[in-house]
Amino acid sequence: MEIVRSQRRNGSDGSGSAASLPLYKTAPSLEFRLDEFGQYAIDRLRVLKAISDGLSRGKKPEEMDNLVGELWRANMKHQDADETLRKDIISHFVLRLVYCREEEMRRWFLSMETALFRYRFRLQNAEAQKSIMNELQLQYNVLGNAEYETIKDKLTEAARSVYFTSNPESVFYKVPFEDVPELVANRRVFILKGFAFVPRSQVVSLVCTIFRSNISKALALTNRKWRTMIQDQEKDRLAPMVEALGNIYLGPDYSKPQDCAEISLKDINQLASTSFPLCMRHLFGKLREDHHLKHQGRMQLGLFLKGVGLKLEDALAFWKAEFSQKVGAERFDKEYAYSIRHNYGKEGKRTDYTPYSCQKIIMSTPSTGDHHGCPYRHFSEENLRAALNKMGVGRRAMDDIMDKVRNRHYQLACTLTFEATHGTSCETGINHPNQYFVESRKIFQSKVNLPLVKFSQQFCLA
Amino acid sequence: MSASLLTDYLRIYYGKLFPYTDMYKWLAYGNDGKHPGCDSSYFGRREFSFTIKSDRDEVYLRFQSFFNASEMETSIKAKCPTKIDIGAVYTVDPAKRHAYAQSGFNPIERELVFDIDISDYDDVRYCCSGADTCLNCWPLMTIAIKVIDTALREDFGFNHILWVYSGRRGVHCWVCDSRARRLSKEQRSAIADYFHVYKGGENSLKKVTFSGPLHPFLARAYTDVLKNEFEKWVSTQKLFEHEERFHNILQLIPDESVVSELAEKWQGNSVRWEHLKHMLQSGSKKTQGLRRCIEEIVFSYTYPRLDIQVTKGMNHLLKAPFCVHPGTGRICIPIDPKKCEEFDPTSVPTVAQLIEELNTNASIGADSDVEKTSLAVSINLFRTCFLEPLSKTCKDELESAYNTKIQQTKDSLNW
Repeated sequence: MEIVRSQRRNGSDGSGSAASLPLYKTAPSLEFRLDEFGQYAIDRLRVLKAISDGLSRGKKPEEMDNLVGELWRANMKHQDADETLRKDIISHFVLRLVYCREEEMRRWFLSMETALFRYRFRLQNAEAQKSIMNELQLQYNVLGNAEYETIKDKLTEAARSVYFTSNPESVFYKVPFEDVPELVANRRVFILKGFAFVPRSQVVSLVCTIFRSNISKALALTNRKWRTMIQDQEKDRLAPMVEALGNIYLGPDYSKPQDCAEISLKDINQLASTSFPLCMRHLFGKLREDHHLKHQGRMQLGLFLKGVGLKLEDALAFWKAEFSQKVGAERFDKEYAYSIRHNYGKEGKRTDYTPYSCQKIIMSTPSTGDHHGCPYRHFSEENLRAALNKMGVGRRAMDDIMDKVRNRHYQLACTLTFEATHGTSCETGINHPNQYFVESRKIFQSKVNLPLVKFSQQFCLA
Repeated sequence: MSASLLTDYLRIYYGKLFPYTDMYKWLAYGNDGKHPGCDSSYFGRREFSFTIKSDRDEVYLRFQSFFNASEMETSIKAKCPTKIDIGAVYTVDPAKRHAYAQSGFNPIERELVFDIDISDYDDVRYCCSGADTCLNCWPLMTIAIKVIDTALREDFGFNHILWVYSGRRGVHCWVCDSRARRLSKEQRSAIADYFHVYKGGENSLKKVTFSGPLHPFLARAYTDVLKNEFEKWVSTQKLFEHEERFHNILQLIPDESVVSELAEKWQGNSVRWEHLKHMLQSGSKKTQGLRRCIEEIVFSYTYPRLDIQVTKGMNHLLKAPFCVHPGTGRICIPIDPKKCEEFDPTSVPTVAQLIEELNTNASIGADSDVEKTSLAVSINLFRTCFLEPLSKTCKDELESAYNTKIQQTKDSLNW
């Protein structure tokens, strides 16, 4: 990281002053511990992911404002304003390292950080906003009186077309139209001879465009630096953490189902048809059909079943019953049983592997002969429709789901499938196949009045 | 016209009439001079594409590029393309793009372009449809030129704008200011959206909705152009004389009671329109959505309908001016926006006509072959209204950029 002046300021009151909204122009020369590296990044990531979720669900601006406020308070805010600022800056730069490494990641990070900045900027008072603009070296001149008089009626006309009332603002910035594309696109601003006349209230758009452009350039630079220098230098210290942070799943890990959460083999078919998410249904179906699954498929389904409560002995019986129809019982014992025991932590270094989260599954890519991965991502539209049809998804829900798929919101598509097949809404959204299963069982059991399933929930790195 | 006849004509057209030097001078944007600030690689980094049609098939060649006018001329004469498209200026010579990593080949400059097609207005014109056009419906193109040209100059501050007849049923617009050529995709998108008023596919009934007072751009378009043009349109298209025609207008009124009242009382033509205006503007009906109904109707019928995707992309290829339209044989000649009402698409010279003029005037002394034909008028327009002012600006910009650079080097040495 570059060493330049620190961005700490004195006498910040933490609420409305510019000090509380950094621009992340240069990496700070702050010292911090390795555990802060990970934890701060995770906390910030929670905020960004929630923003991402909120936006793809089409939440309105006011709802987003509230959401961001709450999230920030819950995850990032500290009693001491200086501490908050420190965490803010550190977490941003750590995430920059994590998310600079690939095109898709850069794009996502850029959009979410800009969104976060936009909401936070709007909450600042006028003076703080002005001071931020100064820092961004916005050369934009405030419109002088003489020029204002010549275009005053057009400014009013434009304001009325946007706000429907003539609420005359008096402070305008004269800005090249290229710098405020959103305002131009929506005809929210008066333009003349290539200049847009932006009222102070709209300055947010201006500022965000510049913020976004700065971060975008910085990300490209960071990426280059990472590849050519840092990744190697840090291969024993930061690099593994950066990798892990990039794959992080933030939720319960479903590795330890408890008590009555066991399922027995005789129930498994029925459970598959009512409570398995599509990815697992597909794997399960293919296993029944072909009496075989390739390695990744076995991992994805096997760990899922473990999370669902299938005991080791039952798992061995289950896989053996299928595989021996293809490869014979002996070969199963020799070649496949070991890895199942391995999944349950009974072999090798005895790691108790955790079932894959949606994020992990979505990122994997099946090829010929594979059936793992996320069907919402990999199935053709035709095949997906057919599969969902078999699950009993109605036509209207089907169209909504396809829409989400087209926009690459695979988890939302799965959530909608859940809602369509269970007849209820799922506010939290599906992030993990085992979560799908758990929620599904809750609904079915509440209908049948069986004792509720309990799970322990821990937050950790996947 | 058969493909082989067209090719014969094209051979002569490209041999004697196509304005290579003017096209080169335009697209070089001042880099064709001897000034030390000139970038001699600039023209060579522009992509062209050729469509070559024979009776049997059609071949499309992308990523053509030429170092100078003479190379371009040789290639066009040799290949005799039925269509020439102009693409973007890239980071490297398009013909050599494979020598570079994929990330090294990107478009960096491209004119801001617009494409307007009269067949997009088929739902509001009753005299023609599809690829046909006549003097009754051509005014829709005139309207589009006026509205967009004014906005490009007044609102966006652009000066070097070329309007070209597309050869059959529409017009193209090339905005060539350096500021325009350097716009990013996002900025082009923003401009396209600024002009996007007529929205909705065939399944939506109402394509123009104004929820409140109009933005100054729209208000100006309405007052200066659309309002009066619609009055003319009402009469040339006999909008209120035929039931299915005025039915379409009534469908745009969001108030059942108004609609039924009008439908009952109507008798003559102009009376109906006056009646409708009076009813909607009197303010006696307080239904929501009625306040801007007249404007919505006028905009629905007359406001320019752009092909938004053409404007948004940086590497979208667009037909070159002075091409011959293979379907009609007409030359894609420039249109003077200040005199666009005078433009008559039915009297645009065809390639056959030009060749005949060449033959007839063979013995007349003239500076060039072009002078013997009606193409001379168009070439002259191209030069005086567009190329000359553009060249002057390019020269000034090149010199000033060069001087700034020199000054910067001096400054950095001084201390």
